Parts: sequence; C-alpha cells; structure tokens
Amino acid sequence: MIHEIENQYKEILNEYMKKQSEQNLYVGQNFSRQLILENIAPEEVISMHKGAIQELYGELPDVVWHSFDFLIEMMISYGLALQERQSLLRQQEELKVEMDLAANVQETLLKTKLPLLEGLDIGLLSIPARKMNGDYIYFVSEHDGYAGVAVADVIGKGLPAALCMSMIKFGMDSLSSSQALPKDVLSVINRIVEKSVDDSMFVSMFYGSYDAKQARLTYGSAGHEPAILYRAKDSEFTELYSKGLLLGVSPAAVYEEHTVDLEKGDLVIMMTDGVTEGRNEEGFIEREVIYELIERKKEQPAQTIVQYVYDELERMQNAQFQDDFTLVIYKKV
Amino acid sequence: MNIQVDLTESNNVLEGYIAGEIDAHTAPVLRGKLENYQSYQGLEAELDLSDVNYMDSTGLGVFVAFYKSVNSNGGHVKLKGLSARLKRLFDITGLGDIMDIESVGKEGN
Repeated sequence: MIHEIENQYKEILNEYMKKQSEQNLYVGQNFSRQLILENIAPEEVISMHKGAIQELYGELPDVVWHSFDFLIEMMISYGLALQERQSLLRQQEELKVEMDLAANVQETLLKTKLPLLEGLDIGLLSIPARKMNGDYIYFVSEHDGYAGVAVADVIGKGLPAALCMSMIKFGMDSLSSSQALPKDVLSVINRIVEKSVDDSMFVSMFYGSYDAKQARLTYGSAGHEPAILYRAKDSEFTELYSKGLLLGVSPAAVYEEHTVDLEKGDLVIMMTDGVTEGRNEEGFIEREVIYELIERKKEQPAQTIVQYVYDELERMQNAQFQDDFTLVIYKKV
Repeated sequence: MNIQVDLTESNNVLEGYIAGEIDAHTAPVLRGKLENYQSYQGLEAELDLSDVNYMDSTGLGVFVAFYKSVNSNGGHVKLKGLSARLKRLFDITGLGDIMDIESVGKEGN
C-alpha cells in the first residue's frame, strides 16, 4: 500500500517538475487529502518526497539530503502532536454525542404531565442553563381531585446531577399517590438520596399537595427556596416558609408541613434559586423585582405570567442565566 | 469571579479565611483546599466568611461535604462572619440548625 502511494507521489511530483502547471498543483492538492485518509504522518510524506527526489534526480549536493533528514526529524514531533489533537477532537465529538443522548434520555425520563384540576390554572417553565437540567419538576396526578407537585434543585451540576434526578423520579413514582402528605414524601426521598448520593451532592425540594375541592394546598420544604403566596384580596406577597433540611444530609431529618387555603385570584409561586439568585452588573435582582413583575400580569393566565417573568429576568441579565430556571405558578380561578 | 482561600492548621486546629465569590467556578478551588484536612481526627475548624460577598448552592455543597466528613471524624466546623444573605441561605436550607454558624448581622449586598 505504502509502496503504491510512494509511486503515485513520484509520478505527480515528476509531472509537476516538468510542467509546473495549475493542473499539476491541483492533482497534488487532491493527493494530500488521500494521504490524510490513509493516515500518513507528516514525516512520512517528507520521507516519501526525499525518496522520490533521490529516484528522479540521483546525485544532489549533501546539503539537500541533510536538510531533508532535519525536516523529517522535526516533523516527527509535529506528527505526534497532530495525532494527539485529532484523538482529542474525536473524544470530544464522542462526548458531545453522549451528552446529547443523555440530555434526550433526561428529557424523556423527566417528562411530566400538567394535572387538570377544577379551579386551578397552572403555568410552568423550566429552562436549563446548560445542556442538562439540574432542576426537576414533577406532577403526581390521578384525576381524583388531588395533585402533588415536586420542585427540586440538585446541588451539583451536569451529568451526576441528572443521574441523581432520575433517582428522585423513581422515588416519587414509588410513592405515586396524589394524596401523599408532603412530610412523608420528603422523608422517603431524603432516605433514598442520603443512601445513594455522594457527600457533596444534595437536593432541595418543595412538595405541595393540592386538594381541588377545598382549594387547599398542603406543603413542605426540604431546604428549598420558599414558595410565595400572593393574596389577591390584599395584594400582598408572603413567603410560605416550612422548616426542613436539604435532602441527603441526614437520614434523621424530619419535615414540617403547613396548609394554606386559596381564594379566587390567589397565586402560589414555586421556583428554584435560578429565579431568585439572578444578578447583573448592578448586583442582585431582588425578590421585590420579581413580585412586581408578577403583580403586573396577575390578571393573565398562569402560563402568561410565568413566561413574562422569564422574559423580563432574561432581559435584565442580558440573556445570560447562570443557573437553571424553573418557575411554577398555581392560580386559583 | 475570584476567590481567596487561606487555611492554616496547627495542633488539629484549622483557621480559615475565605474571601470573594463562591460559585460553580470557584467552588472546586475551595473544595480542593478543604479536602486536605477533612480526614483529620477530631479537627476543630473555624472558617471566617466575612469577606465572602457571594455564594450559591454549589458553595453550600462544599461546606456541607466538609461538615459531614469532619463531623464523622469526631471534629467540629464553625462558620463565622456570615452576611445576612449568606445567613439566609443557611437558614432556608435547614443547615443553620445543624451547623455551627455565626452571622455578623450586617446587611449583605
């Protein structure tokens, strides 16, 4: 094979030496592509050139041969570096493909269906800052007038976080009752995460169970950003604080739960810290700013409010979210 | 996006001073330095965070991991000089109840 290539090269070179035409050059350029395909290293090309010159012209001054030897030696390290680079590029490409696959799997795995509940309008938006989403949102619904919602944020990013999330999903599925109590849900998931996740990975989670008949939300939190309640009748925002440790820190953690009854026009705003921890050159975007955005659109459907908050925060941060963004709004209608 | 981490240890007492921002970019630096000490038996660690002007949940993760391993080796971790913003982060996550933290009571920004 090599011999054949050497002969071909000699021919091409010989033709060029005779005529030095554009056409000859073009043939040479095409031939170099074939060399790349055949994985011929740069020093081999030079060595091939040296051989061809020797065969075509025989005697030439020693300086010419020495110069070729020098060039060959030099190109050996060049060739090694090139090889390394190509193999890195290949690996990178493989990683990218795997990452895309993982992101796809994640998307399929974490697909969740908005529950249909009498008198409740739900808006939802979850946008990852990078390829994999470290935020997690999941609805448990059995069409029995109840629905559970979990909003979670895995501390730790990328692939490990995504894997951790599928664990939470299976934990949630195994509970699989829309009437399950938040304190029970949180302590079950806590034990799962505590057993199986490495020491620097934790999950914060808000869990709310909504009873449509009584318009009552029962909620608990495992170290999660408090949900916010907007009371339409007095136009006020309050935090729905509920004590509880991050999931995965201690198996003994105990979770509180509280209830709130919603009236027409009330909003419950659930989110991850990607919403509240936004900042730009002027500093942090304060929670009051988010309240103001929501108040401006409070008469609109929940999805419109959610989208508006996202668009405005994106604008304030020059379209650069540092963290995954997840926002869910329940609106009592 | 920078961080300063100064740690000095003698007789199993670790004094630390951390300044700057602790986020996804800088957290690995902090984690790397703290990991050198977390397996000491009965380590008494006191970390001063009064010049930390920003910390996100990744930073929190570093401190929890450090706290967990020091604790399991019979040691103790104390965090001091927490700004109001940092204090809130520890309170919301419930870590304020299990970790020894001391805030300065000044307004964070």
